[in-house]
Amino acid sequence: MLKRFPSAATTPSKLLLRRYIFTSDHKMIGIQYFFLSLAAVLVGTWLSLLMRIHLVWPHGRIPLVGEIKPENYLGLLTMHGTLMVFFVLSTVPQNGFGTYFLPLQLGASEMAFPRLNMAGFWTALASFFVLLAAFFVPGGASIAGWTQYAPLSAIRAAGPGQGIGTDLWLVSIGLFCLSSVMSAINFVTTTVKQRTPGMRWMRMPLPCWSWFVTAILSLLAFSVLLAALILLLLDRNAGTNFFVPAGLIVSGQAVNHSGGSPLLWQHLFWFFGHPEVYIAILPAMGITSHLLSVFSRKPVFGYRAMVGATIAIGALGFMVWGHHMFVSGMNPYEGFAFSTLTTAIAVPSAIKVFNWLGTIYGGKLQFSTPMLFSIGFVSLFIAGGLTGPFLAQPSLDMYLHDTYFVVAHFHLIMAMAGIFAVFSATYFWFPKMFGRMMSERLGAIHFWFTLAGAYAIFMPMHLLGVAGHPRRYSELTGVQYVAAMAPLQKFITFAAVITICGQLVFLFNLFWSMFRGRRAEANPWVCTTLEWTLPSPTPAAGFAGRVPVVNRGPYEYSVPGSTADFVAQDAPATQEG
Amino acid sequence: MRLALVIALLLIAVGSLWLFIVHPWWFPAAASRNAGALDHEFRIAFWVFGGLFVAAQIALAAFLLSSRQRKKSDYILGNWKLEIAWTLAIAALFFWFNVSGEKVWSRVMDHHRANDALQVEVTGAQFQWYFRYPGHDGVFGRLDAQKFARPDEGNPLGLDPADLAGRDDVLSSSLVLPAGRDVELTLRAQDVIHSVFIPAMRFKQDAVPGMTIRAHLQPTQAGNYEIACAELCGLGHYRMRAQVRVVSPEEFASWLATQELRAQEKTD
Ligand code: HEM
Ligand SMILES: [Cu+2]
Ligand SMILES: [Cu+2]
Repeated sequence: MLKRFPSAATTPSKLLLRRYIFTSDHKMIGIQYFFLSLAAVLVGTWLSLLMRIHLVWPHGRIPLVGEIKPENYLGLLTMHGTLMVFFVLSTVPQNGFGTYFLPLQLGASEMAFPRLNMAGFWTALASFFVLLAAFFVPGGASIAGWTQYAPLSAIRAAGPGQGIGTDLWLVSIGLFCLSSVMSAINFVTTTVKQRTPGMRWMRMPLPCWSWFVTAILSLLAFSVLLAALILLLLDRNAGTNFFVPAGLIVSGQAVNHSGGSPLLWQHLFWFFGHPEVYIAILPAMGITSHLLSVFSRKPVFGYRAMVGATIAIGALGFMVWGHHMFVSGMNPYEGFAFSTLTTAIAVPSAIKVFNWLGTIYGGKLQFSTPMLFSIGFVSLFIAGGLTGPFLAQPSLDMYLHDTYFVVAHFHLIMAMAGIFAVFSATYFWFPKMFGRMMSERLGAIHFWFTLAGAYAIFMPMHLLGVAGHPRRYSELTGVQYVAAMAPLQKFITFAAVITICGQLVFLFNLFWSMFRGRRAEANPWVCTTLEWTLPSPTPAAGFAGRVPVVNRGPYEYSVPGSTADFVAQDAPATQEG
Repeated sequence: MRLALVIALLLIAVGSLWLFIVHPWWFPAAASRNAGALDHEFRIAFWVFGGLFVAAQIALAAFLLSSRQRKKSDYILGNWKLEIAWTLAIAALFFWFNVSGEKVWSRVMDHHRANDALQVEVTGAQFQWYFRYPGHDGVFGRLDAQKFARPDEGNPLGLDPADLAGRDDVLSSSLVLPAGRDVELTLRAQDVIHSVFIPAMRFKQDAVPGMTIRAHLQPTQAGNYEIACAELCGLGHYRMRAQVRVVSPEEFASWLATQELRAQEKTD
């Protein structure tokens, strides 16, 4: 057997600055990631609001902002997508909650490499500021979308924002790749080496499994993206020819490049990009599985199948990237292969849905706020998931690709489902992180706003796509049949404005509860996993030298013959009947 | 809360279904040979996966409801037989649908067409579409955009004046096609990636700089249709449209003849 790393928490420093800011304590770093994502989601949501308003009132004046011009729309679009994908959904479920709770759930008091952990966070923070800086440079932010297809992204003259704004985008995401790789190494090592005695692989809570598999995906996917970004930066700044072919004219000027391939960028990007969507959603799935079990007071249905499905999704996730490229000009025969592989990956995803339903079935459910959001996650995941098989068919995708149908699909399955899991995790772990409970009443109000909003915004978008509305259109007036869809676009904007306002309830609840919430006991949700054996909030020293010994799996709820309705993972073995 | 959730899930299921059945916005009327097969495939997908969507939301609601009278949760760890059964069932369904889709794909992407397909070259440039017909000789003239392109002098594509084959090439700002004939489009782009999207013909294909991509299309109904650009290509992406005019073969022949004549006069 491999030897475990010793797992002593760093002794808390007396200097406040060392303790809360320049800290290598995984708990503080987890919270730092949490606030980084909070900042990103605030900016990203604000941008989506501006986009939605501009779409339906192109000449409307917005207080403090003024009128939005078409060129600004595409900048907002790029920044919105980038912030949301990288700094929200790839950050908080994995690096936020994972950095905080992976060691604790495994019975360790620190990550394997505390200083690497710290370096990862500061790199991500730098990356965030470099990204936002693009708003303030001449030409503004990049207009090429979060996918940055070459040659639009490779040639400065291709549009405003394609100058320094795009360089900043590339540098920012390059830093983000570095940060993710650092963090992923830490997650993998911690999971392999830091498990407390008795924490066998098949006794790990499902969030730990997801964080582990996600870290492996991050390691492989972000490395490839980093390489691609460097090549693109070289094309832009050093005269190399990876992505720009010969003979182009942009804005009346001959482009001095030859020999590159625009499709090469797409292959590299989506080789990262598809695993990326699983990087975003696997931790969310793990968290949801966990919470459904806790609040159904029932074991996870089919734990082994859940672990298997997680690994299968991770492995297959690297073989399906071509489904983003059916009409890109790649050989149509590749369409057959990618379509079939994509169908294969739908199977483990469906297994998860079945098992979530199986977990709820037969439970005495408790409708706490985390449970509400977990149920919402399942509903949204089904809604977004079932349009996947449409898009996995090359012939149907030929029509639906790059229309609002795709926007609806990925917002439901990734954006909304992902955000729901983030909310449920926040309400659930808040007591352990901040020592107080969030208001359940405000939580419920927030849930209803968000559920209604998610469906009201994104369900009608399918119809836009079916009617042929292309995405990334900054105005509706350029194409006649698109202009005819303005009424539905208006409805969506109304729904978005209301939903976004509803998020203020969450913000208020978060900050109010942080200082005024009811004090939390050690185990307010009566859970079995190890983080709840510690006081709330988690003491700086973690398990403080104590080595918990794990005697059973993580989902022993309502065990027949036991007096309490749960048996903690580290309860003495004799207690089992 | 339980009841509210149950009602919400039922509303979501019924409401979404209603939205799709009433569908105030939907596919434009089909106008190409392959459109029927695609629409049929979409209908199958809609009923199969729409049905699963409704069933799953209702199951979720039912499970929430059924937990009401319970005193204690059941201790169920799983059920291998059930799990294998539903895995096989859903895999069978997914792959059945996959295979039916591959068939449509091979039909849409058929490369064994008659050699007499009408040749049209489509070029995307920020933010315009250009359509070129090879003229009488059936041969496209040579292009060199970097050397010869002068958009304001009537040569936006950069047709080489020295190439005789280009003398009778017809350049058009709208795509004029005869109904009922197979068309082979050759797609190119001058600057960045664009995408030819003709919703009424259920047709979409990226035009990629540095590549020449061939695609087939057969319009069936005379009429006017729109092309929208479907790949983000810069500021004017949203207004990069063009018109498709499908006319009778006779009308097409006379249109082409006039255009060829005009092209020749210009170069002479
Ligand atoms: C209130 C919530 C949200 C609203 C109203 C909203 C709205 C929008 C809009 C209008 C677009 C542009 C569509 C287009 O023109 O093609 C868009 C794109 C996008 N959104 Fe959201 N969004 C929301 C939340 C999120 C979240 C949470 C994510 C996280 C994954 C996300 C990820 C994206 C991505 C990746 C794009 C594509 C950007 C691109 O095309 O480059 N969105 N969103
Ligand atoms: Cu993908
Ligand atoms: Cu375009």
